[in-house]
Amino acid sequence: MKFTWFNLMPWPYLPDDFRERYHSVWVDIPNRLYDPEKGHFLYHRYMDQLEYADALGFDGIGVNEHHQNGYGLMPSPNLIAAGLARRTSRAAIAVIGNSLALYNPPIRVAEEFAMLDVLSGGRLLAGFPVGTSMDTNYCYGQIPALTRDKYAEAHELVMRAWQSEEPFAFDGKYNQLRYVNLWPRPIQKPHPPVYIPGGGSIETWDFCLDHDYNYSYLSFTGYLRGKKLLDGYWERVAKRGKDESPYRAAFAQTICVGETDQEAEELYAEHVSYFYNRCLHVYLGFADAPGYRTIKTIQANVLNALSEEFQSLFSTLTWKQLVDDGYIIAGSPKTVRHRMEEMIKGLRIGHVFGLFHIGDMPDWKSRHSSKLFAEQVMPHLRDVWPEWRDDDRWWCKPLPYRARPEEGLEAARQHARKPQ
Amino acid sequence: MKTTAIETARGARVRVLEAGSGAPVVFLHGAGGLLPDNPFLDQLAARYRVLAPEFPGYGESTGEEFLDDMLDFALHGWDVVDALGLRRPHLVGHSMGGMIAAEMACVAPRDLDKLVLVAAAGLWIDEHPIPDLFSFLPHEYAQTLFHDRAAGEALLTGGLDLRNPNALMEFYIAHTKRMGMAGKILFPIPNRRLAKRLYRLTAPTLLVWGKSDRLIGPVYADRFQSLIRNSTLQLIDEAGHMLPYEQPDAFVTAVTRFLD
Repeated sequence: MKFTWFNLMPWPYLPDDFRERYHSVWVDIPNRLYDPEKGHFLYHRYMDQLEYADALGFDGIGVNEHHQNGYGLMPSPNLIAAGLARRTSRAAIAVIGNSLALYNPPIRVAEEFAMLDVLSGGRLLAGFPVGTSMDTNYCYGQIPALTRDKYAEAHELVMRAWQSEEPFAFDGKYNQLRYVNLWPRPIQKPHPPVYIPGGGSIETWDFCLDHDYNYSYLSFTGYLRGKKLLDGYWERVAKRGKDESPYRAAFAQTICVGETDQEAEELYAEHVSYFYNRCLHVYLGFADAPGYRTIKTIQANVLNALSEEFQSLFSTLTWKQLVDDGYIIAGSPKTVRHRMEEMIKGLRIGHVFGLFHIGDMPDWKSRHSSKLFAEQVMPHLRDVWPEWRDDDRWWCKPLPYRARPEEGLEAARQHARKPQ
Repeated sequence: MKTTAIETARGARVRVLEAGSGAPVVFLHGAGGLLPDNPFLDQLAARYRVLAPEFPGYGESTGEEFLDDMLDFALHGWDVVDALGLRRPHLVGHSMGGMIAAEMACVAPRDLDKLVLVAAAGLWIDEHPIPDLFSFLPHEYAQTLFHDRAAGEALLTGGLDLRNPNALMEFYIAHTKRMGMAGKILFPIPNRRLAKRLYRLTAPTLLVWGKSDRLIGPVYADRFQSLIRNSTLQLIDEAGHMLPYEQPDAFVTAVTRFLD
């Protein structure tokens, strides 16, 4: 099993009556609610947490891309990843990811990801989401019905750019480039492992299987509901005659570990409530621009986490419901271990993207939970899939000898203190 | 009205509502498509040969994949006129259909007789932003599109029982197909630079607007009038954006007076 520590980087200062007073946490949330001075400290706190996760022994540290969003302060996850690459040396850096259709030209993604891969010594996991409708259509103005086509072309361009050793011309429908010539090139060959985060578009499954990419299901409704969707994915895997390595799939899960079940509730309940109440207060009209989903996906009637049903539910969920219904995995190390195992086996996943910082959680609680998980949960779950132990197709392959800039800082300080 | 299916030279299969005889009048519908009942078309058919094609993605018309951008839509409009074997028809376009009709008239100004733009899309005025139709929830349409909200709601659902999950799914899929297509020329801002081409529009043009249009307000009618040299404006009382449906008599009177 591979465990990646994820931080969505929520804004923790949304007012108590946010839900009543404001239209949406995403797209048109008034930016006067953002205070850049607080933001300064917050970025450093969140990046420190990601670095702490590396020190705790998590396999990966993860960031993602959202725009105009009160629960995701990373319009550019690549900037954060670059900072992490300098101050960590071991964990994979999972950028899940860059929304390809938003970059003009998308060769920018090939370049920045190559930079990150080189900077980190080959530790990049490269995520290529189509992007939510909120980000892609409403914030970045992409035409809904053309988004997937544009994404597909951008994907082709990036993959060719990563693998070509000669300049080439690209005559696309959305991008025309006379000279595509990637400089720098990524360390990992033939390219960094690719993760495709999906929210439930069934076309995404075939896309992942066509290219042998990891399918990462990201939802906030937990593993019990995620099962329906991942069962569909595994059926597709079988139908396509692909091997059933659990490392083909990843799942994002909110996780809260306390010394006891009771401590977990006492410490984390209010922050989880902040997340579900305020951070998921997304105006329904922004959830799904007409044309963004294909008719096939709509007909498959897959769960939409932003449906009216969920929206009203989110505001009333109690801690007990959240835990019992599997929205979150929370409790003592023993409880969490048990539930994690149930989730991992139930969904057949090799990668967990664990959300350990939730809502407006203070720094120490996030660290407390992460540490308990790293020390008392993670070691017991390492070998859930013994028959696939050596399957590293979806993991990064760093250089064996890498620069250690994080150690250089202290050396430089000592050098500076020496009398000349 | 009877329906016929035609195929354009490009390969789109288009359903056309047709009735009447006389000078050909091509009616181009808005982003929501034709409603189950279109009484103003029946009334116009008393004097003209009325042809109302449905765009790909609307009703039973297919060929969405052929249309990506504004030029595609405008050329598709002329492809339909050609497939119907019409010569110099009058063009009447409502909302998105008005935007397309205006583009058609700019692309081929000598191929039409007269032009009627009804609450047409296609321009953008920063001081008067058009509400974002694409983020509307179902209950928000009627209040924005109609002068009389309650009457509008009944017209939009066309008697469909949306409490029935199957009916709701069917409606949602049709709506997604329609608005997905409309988004290609209307999203995120319904402006594909028509303004810089309107100098080419030489056909006599009537602008018809509802006085209480809350989607594309009458201020847009004034802007169209200033950009189209040979144009006149007719405002209609107690009518919103869906004025042909809301005030069919006044609409037909205005159009007939202009075309005759």
